[in-house]
Amino acid sequence: MNEINNSILTLILLLPLAGALLVLLAPDRVKLPNWIALLTSLATFGLTLHLPAHFDKAQTGFQFVVNLQWIEKPAIFYHLGVDGLSLWLVVLVGLLAPIGVIASWNAIRERRKLFFALFLVQQTAMFGVFLSLDLILYYGFWELSLVPMAILIAMYGRKDGPRAALKFFLFTFIPSAPLLVAILWLYARTGSFDFATLQLWIASGALPAGALWWVALTFLFAFAVKVPVFPLHGWLADTFSEAPVALAMVVAGKLGLYSMLRFHIGLFPTQARAVAPLLVGLAVIGILYGACLALVQRDFWRLMAFAALSHLSLITLGIYGLTLTGWEGAVYQILNHGVVDGALFLLLGLLYDRYRTSEINAYGGLAAKLPRTATFFVFASLAMIGLPMLGGFVGEFMILLGTFTGVSKGWAIAATLGVILGAAYMLWLVQRLFFGPESALATSKPPEDLRLGQLTVLWPLAALMLVMGIAPMFWLPTIQTGPHPPLRPQQAAATQYPIILHGTCAAAAHEAPELIATSELAAKCESNGEGQR
Amino acid sequence: MNAPLHLWLIPLLPFAGFLINGILGRRLPKWIVTTVALLAPLAALGLVLNAAQGFFGIGATVSSLPYIETCPLPWINAGLLHIDFSFVLDQLSLVMLLVVTGVGFLIHVYSVGYMSDDEGYARYFSYLNLFLFFMTVLVLAGNALVMFIGWEGVGLASYLLIGFWFQKKSAADAGMKAFIVNRIGDFGFLIAMFLLVANFGTLTFTEIATKLGQDPGWNGGVVTVIALCLMMGAAGKSAQLPLYIWLPDAMEGPTPVSALIHAATMVTAGVYMVARTHVLFDHSPFALSVVAIVGAATAIFAATIALVQNDIKRVLAYSTISQLGYMFLGCGVAAYSAAIFHLMTHAFFKALLFLAAGSVIHAIGGEQDLRKMGGLWKKLPVTFAVTTVGVLAIAGIPPFAGFFSKDAILYAAFLQGTNGKILYSVGLLTALLTAFYMFRLWYMTFLGEPRSPQSHSHESPWSMRGPLLILAALSICGGWIWLFGFGEFLAPVLGARVTEASSWRLLVPYTQYSLSLETVLSIVAVLVALEGWLIADKFYRRKPARPAQWATAMPAGYKLLANKYFVDEFYGATVVKPLLGFSKVFLEWVVDVGILGGATWLLGGIATFAGAILQRWQSGNLRSYAAWLAAGAAALLLFLLVPWTTVLATLPAIHLGLAGH
Repeated sequence: MNEINNSILTLILLLPLAGALLVLLAPDRVKLPNWIALLTSLATFGLTLHLPAHFDKAQTGFQFVVNLQWIEKPAIFYHLGVDGLSLWLVVLVGLLAPIGVIASWNAIRERRKLFFALFLVQQTAMFGVFLSLDLILYYGFWELSLVPMAILIAMYGRKDGPRAALKFFLFTFIPSAPLLVAILWLYARTGSFDFATLQLWIASGALPAGALWWVALTFLFAFAVKVPVFPLHGWLADTFSEAPVALAMVVAGKLGLYSMLRFHIGLFPTQARAVAPLLVGLAVIGILYGACLALVQRDFWRLMAFAALSHLSLITLGIYGLTLTGWEGAVYQILNHGVVDGALFLLLGLLYDRYRTSEINAYGGLAAKLPRTATFFVFASLAMIGLPMLGGFVGEFMILLGTFTGVSKGWAIAATLGVILGAAYMLWLVQRLFFGPESALATSKPPEDLRLGQLTVLWPLAALMLVMGIAPMFWLPTIQTGPHPPLRPQQAAATQYPIILHGTCAAAAHEAPELIATSELAAKCESNGEGQR
Repeated sequence: MNAPLHLWLIPLLPFAGFLINGILGRRLPKWIVTTVALLAPLAALGLVLNAAQGFFGIGATVSSLPYIETCPLPWINAGLLHIDFSFVLDQLSLVMLLVVTGVGFLIHVYSVGYMSDDEGYARYFSYLNLFLFFMTVLVLAGNALVMFIGWEGVGLASYLLIGFWFQKKSAADAGMKAFIVNRIGDFGFLIAMFLLVANFGTLTFTEIATKLGQDPGWNGGVVTVIALCLMMGAAGKSAQLPLYIWLPDAMEGPTPVSALIHAATMVTAGVYMVARTHVLFDHSPFALSVVAIVGAATAIFAATIALVQNDIKRVLAYSTISQLGYMFLGCGVAAYSAAIFHLMTHAFFKALLFLAAGSVIHAIGGEQDLRKMGGLWKKLPVTFAVTTVGVLAIAGIPPFAGFFSKDAILYAAFLQGTNGKILYSVGLLTALLTAFYMFRLWYMTFLGEPRSPQSHSHESPWSMRGPLLILAALSICGGWIWLFGFGEFLAPVLGARVTEASSWRLLVPYTQYSLSLETVLSIVAVLVALEGWLIADKFYRRKPARPAQWATAMPAGYKLLANKYFVDEFYGATVVKPLLGFSKVFLEWVVDVGILGGATWLLGGIATFAGAILQRWQSGNLRSYAAWLAAGAAALLLFLLVPWTTVLATLPAIHLGLAGH
């Protein structure tokens, strides 16, 4: 078991890469590339499930760590590990890969070898981003994740692939260049690319504060574009309209949000705290702006893009609210968003594949012809708009509650307005696609509802949405072992809890110090000795 | 010693019914679908009766109320938040459960006949079971968040059932409207929950009550804000001003749905919620008066619209809104038990009226226009008889159920000083209007001469007539329990009534009510109701030309009422269109495409430093483009392996530049 634990992360990283090689070597016949990709991604998913099964929930910090020197000078290490923050994100990437393959099964008809090979490379890159604890390693994977994406958008775009790919390229590569410079600057000052070492260096105050401020900002900028945060979302709508469905599922959100938590706030807590109010404001604007624009889109890919902007902004709000409740909600919401978006994109991809248009008004009345498609779509939409008992609600509620109690009532109320708008644009979309009298488009093709392959994916996804809504405690305790938001200096002093706190006391220290002062909570915190950690 | 009552099974059984019929329904034979659909509410009703027996029956197994069941695993436990799945059974939830499962079961039975020819038979029953699941969760909830599950869930069931005939655009539109308007109310509910957590650190109803009781300092201020936010949620769900607009449109759904969801149970959830959280309202006189005023205003507002509607279901819909207004009026004068009592009797007679209307519509082939009915009493004797009972009950004629409950609310209002007198007068006027429009409906449907050929109209099957008769019996006798101390029964949960004029918070036990005053007020109420009947009789039997004369005499007033005060148009012009226009024109064209898009391409143009390269990329040559990207990737990979010492030698210069030394 120990050998497996030691090498599991490496296996997860290499398996998709090996699959990609196999796809390239094997002949492109009878869907062979599809099958190789599917089996590889399923096997990888199986491997990622090993992590939560053997993750020690009683322990904070990184587990399954691999730390080998790769290059002596400069000191680059092959340093991987997962903690409560990245654990489920890795599993999520593992889960989305087979779904992406299924979504591409019929949609990709030519150059399948290239497509599936790049798709698998992209998967390795994403795993790498979530697992790397060495900044250069991390940066390599970060860049690697952009390359297959750009190529695939250019080659498989629906109407104007190259233009969208160029936009994507400009938006994501350019901020990455200063990121590299910032990483190298850190190395020049500290002689280390190691995450934990750098964390200590930065906390020690030995680095020049002025420069550090710019370095932190460079990190943030690269991540904020990737999420995207308003107003840096220019690439999103075009990318969603052009990217193959399998990539649209993974392109937005996860990587950027994770990087914010780990490498922006994690490395630069003081600087992050300073810019947090700005991010909170932008996030709330993003929630409402995305929702308003989603209301008026005529193309369902663009609608999904602005809906994604709205939802990702909500997660950003949870992150930069810097409350414990909000952080846990944010990580949970990343997971949920991945699952729900995966299902919705799969379904929309099927519709597009069949009817060759993404013009919403051309549709209508499909529910009678495609009852299963309609049912799953409605279900996923409900999960997306945060119906209680489905996954979206838990994260949303925690983020909004954290913001309300710990950050600002006004921003929280504004963000909650997004709840209403979210219901409006999603239900309107559902209605225009599936309800009403049968459209000419619906009549034009013989009905062909979901088939076994798609159902085997959608049923588990639907079940997952339900379980995520009812039993979040299956995930939350592990997420809680991950990093916690930095305390405000005066909070830390006032509550005399030095660095890291856990559970209720930590939350109270963050979000409502007055509760600690007044209620029985104080006694509980002291008796638990939670403050001493 | 408390024996377990297995409350969790009450919602879970309908949920199982939903899953079975929802997933397999299309493949199962019809009789299995029917059996599953009926067993779910029947078993739930059985469990509720079992629970009631556990407390009050012979050999009671449960010693005291409230009886709480908590799921051993918490739902959410993170940061400040600790939420359990907890169910509470007390007098209040017991009454509500009996109404929900009892009326719910009857309407399920009725639906078997009503929907027998529909293609979506299984889908219909799966939704109906889903509704019962969420509704029972809402009622049993021990904390606000679990209640919110049910709260949003019944909204979902309502959305699905209103839009049941989704190929009709108006039906799909109405479903969406209902859900979104409800969400506006839910926004208030959410904010209230945030405030509760921020101030009390809990969402559990009993804990909130304890904390409020411990500290006399909780008055007004934040408690008022919480109560008003809750009221906003209640106004959305229970179709009060200004959020009532979805309910009339909700009549697009099948008629049994209108009876169950949009009359008897779901729309009363707001009243139930206010009663459930009444401790908060008790600590805020201002919030209470808002509740009372909203209730009274809604009651009379909706009643005036109902005067001139010609669609039988719309008359009943506006009547429901009006009656819900009564319930809020009751809550607003802190007569919670009277409000719950009216909720219950209303569930009986309004479900009866809707089902009877459904029976009429069913019989004459889907016609809903009152002007095309008339003279139906001969052809539909049972329906006619039960409608008569329902009309008498809602009009407040003794000894029918509505008389007692309406009277209890009006009496409580009357005791509340000057404001109370005004509320009472509004309530009384509403009672007059109610009697008028209900008898108008009665005359136009059943009496007079047939106004269109009804050759094949026929009485409904027994599966439909049975529930009608039971509900009719309940509409007659349901009110009598007030005389046997229904108010006292609820008092442990809802408290004794607040009655005195000088102080809103002085509690007076029931025994000190002056019977004489109550009697006088009752007589007044009955006279007013009879007056309403007489006017209707004059207008619609003796002088049928009179309504048209009045309409022509006051064209402006008639137009205003017939168009429902143009509220939908008002919202369309002030909220919906501006929002869409603003989003499209300003946000999308100006901000997104213009400012942000322009800035992007400007910056992009600078950053790509060479327009020539840009042009080549845009030339559409995929191969060269892909090659560029691949080359970039390769360069990056190489970058990881180059000797770093040379690179790093140059770095201090960069950092100096960055730091601005």
